[in-house]
Amino acid sequence: MPVKTYLASIHDGLEEAMAQDPTIVLLGEDIGPRGGVFGATAGLFARFGPDRVIDTPLAEGAIVGVAIGMAMNGFRPVVEIQFVDFILPAVDQIVSEAAKIRYRSNNDFHCPIVIRAPYGGGVHGALYHSQSLEAMFAHVPGLKVVVPSDPHDAKGLLHTAIADEDPVLFFEHKAAYRRLKGEVPDGPYEVPIGQAEVKRPGRDVTVVAYGLVLQHALAAAEELAGRGIDCEVIDLRSVLPLDVATVVASVRKTGRLLIAHEDHRILGVGSEVAAAVAEEALFDLDAPIRRLGAPFAPAMPYNPAQEQVFLLDAAHIAREVEALAQF
Amino acid sequence: MPSSEAGPVHFCMPQLGESVTEGQVVRWLKQRGEAVGRYEPLVEVTSDKVSAEVPSPVAGVLAEILADAGCVRPVGAPLCVIHPPSTPAAPCAPGPRYSPAVRHLAQLHGIDPAAVPGTGRGGRVTRRDVEQALALRAASPPPLPAAPPAVDPVRETLPPAGDPAGAAAARGSTDKSAPLSPVRRLIAQRTLISKHTAPHAWTLVEVDLTGLVRARERVKAAFLEREGVPLTYLPFVIHAVARTLREIPMMNATLVDEHIILRGAVHVGVAVGLEDGVVVPVIRDADALTVRGLARALHERVDLARRGLLSHRDVADGTFTVNNSGAFGSIASFPILHGAQAAMLTLEAIVPRPVVVGEGIAIRSMVNLCLSFDHRVLDGTHVGRFLQRVKGRLEALAEPLDL
Repeated sequence: MPVKTYLASIHDGLEEAMAQDPTIVLLGEDIGPRGGVFGATAGLFARFGPDRVIDTPLAEGAIVGVAIGMAMNGFRPVVEIQFVDFILPAVDQIVSEAAKIRYRSNNDFHCPIVIRAPYGGGVHGALYHSQSLEAMFAHVPGLKVVVPSDPHDAKGLLHTAIADEDPVLFFEHKAAYRRLKGEVPDGPYEVPIGQAEVKRPGRDVTVVAYGLVLQHALAAAEELAGRGIDCEVIDLRSVLPLDVATVVASVRKTGRLLIAHEDHRILGVGSEVAAAVAEEALFDLDAPIRRLGAPFAPAMPYNPAQEQVFLLDAAHIAREVEALAQF
Repeated sequence: MPSSEAGPVHFCMPQLGESVTEGQVVRWLKQRGEAVGRYEPLVEVTSDKVSAEVPSPVAGVLAEILADAGCVRPVGAPLCVIHPPSTPAAPCAPGPRYSPAVRHLAQLHGIDPAAVPGTGRGGRVTRRDVEQALALRAASPPPLPAAPPAVDPVRETLPPAGDPAGAAAARGSTDKSAPLSPVRRLIAQRTLISKHTAPHAWTLVEVDLTGLVRARERVKAAFLEREGVPLTYLPFVIHAVARTLREIPMMNATLVDEHIILRGAVHVGVAVGLEDGVVVPVIRDADALTVRGLARALHERVDLARRGLLSHRDVADGTFTVNNSGAFGSIASFPILHGAQAAMLTLEAIVPRPVVVGEGIAIRSMVNLCLSFDHRVLDGTHVGRFLQRVKGRLEALAEPLDL
């Protein structure tokens, strides 16, 4: 199986989907001849032309608004927001329009759009290029929020997102684009949305993560295996809908749960997972549920040392899991 | 950071040791209305034969005493209320707490989590500990219906409470009554359990200590001067016993859940009589000590025991017990096995007696060693071999003594 980067798998997913379905249209800033700031749409303008790969003005509200209108008229728009930090001007369109159209129109209209956006820190992006906003959108009924953790899932989830009849936010960790490589099958395939995956079975502690932090969790699990601690690592893959059942099944086995994400810990996805497990698996819990996440501070610092403190890594997770295992 | 409002603090019966479930208030070191500093001794409590002064967790005023001196309270039960002047309230320190998983499993399978050895932080019982205890139980189902664990064996033997007529009838006008002290209660509980669970068998051997008696007479004064502790016979006996236990591990065993556990270490307990009760401090790794080392260890333990200063560790983990019953002139006694150990030995009084030696009769210093053993674990063959070796070791002692 060919080995590809996270970025290449997303690029290929877009290209494969567009080749199959002429209603798929890309919209975004610099995604045309420039191929996008990260290169996710490189070559697609040349192959599919200006009607299907549309360079837009720097106006996110307008980009998403146009995409919603197209979606309601038979297209399947895939929007690229250059950085998730810039999605905020489009929140009104996403939350008040895209998420609610099916409900508001009594099922007469629906909104099959995908909004792709690079998120996350660790690239010295500072305030405006490092945020993680998945928890904010995961609070909105009517949306789906997907955060793939590796190249295989990235392409599979992208195909599923594009085929979905409702709005999907598709968050890609920018530090994963070129750093993460993995085996990616040729051609289209689907990875289900709303279904977590046990990426590593284990019996001592359940570690739940998604996105790039999932990779840190796997590295921590490897390290801990050498010290006799057997982690079960679960990739949520989508944070909305949240696959509570897979997490609960694991906690029933291990009795111990850590949730780790790059987004703020307070009221993050981990908070919801923790609450759901406490509701459904209280009598299987053998230790307090632990959460790891960014401090509740306004922004990712630019200073590299401080940026490292803000971010999670494998050592952070290993320390926390070890404490849990020994509880 | 959540902050709690300053409010009254309920100070609770502390856990004075593993598997300790209750304690008795000995005396209050502060009176009602008195100010108490943080970490200042507040109350003396006793449990499992060991007493401790417990410091106050907060500074404040002792507002209310909920358990007077003499009261027995379970671990975690409130003993008093302290009103801190303006400090945040500390949470009430609870007794052993179990996770929801542990409580659920324990309830489901009718197992007492307090009886499960904990491997978590601070000895916490984890879910896996309970699962392992269950697996062990499943692997060897008890042939007899298990006794309900909630029954208090001591209470079982006592006349029912709430029967004042019966109680009064049993008590004459000149009789005096005193509640069972925690120590007596514990002894009652332990001896009863031991007698109920372990079929005691008993045996006795005569040992000729003439060589040791003579040799000791010559060196004991110098030993006391040099070492600062007296050279009694007991260290010699412990020395012989500990080494023989190494050779016959079955004698250094305990029966747990249908498994005979051969204890890896030889920790010899020595019964020490007190004004009210008896306590068994343990000489750890006694098989590694010389007679001199044993004499010192023994002296130190007895001293601590008499002063009531033994810690829980000092009385924990014994694998075999020796009792110097001869100190009171006894020449034979039938000890009750201690702490689920498979055997216990007594050293009786050494008495000069006429005995047949060869073709004649001589006056020899004779002593009886008595041994009770758990017949579920041991048979006469183990015990016979053990006592023969101990006897051989002791009878071989003569000048010059290897101290």
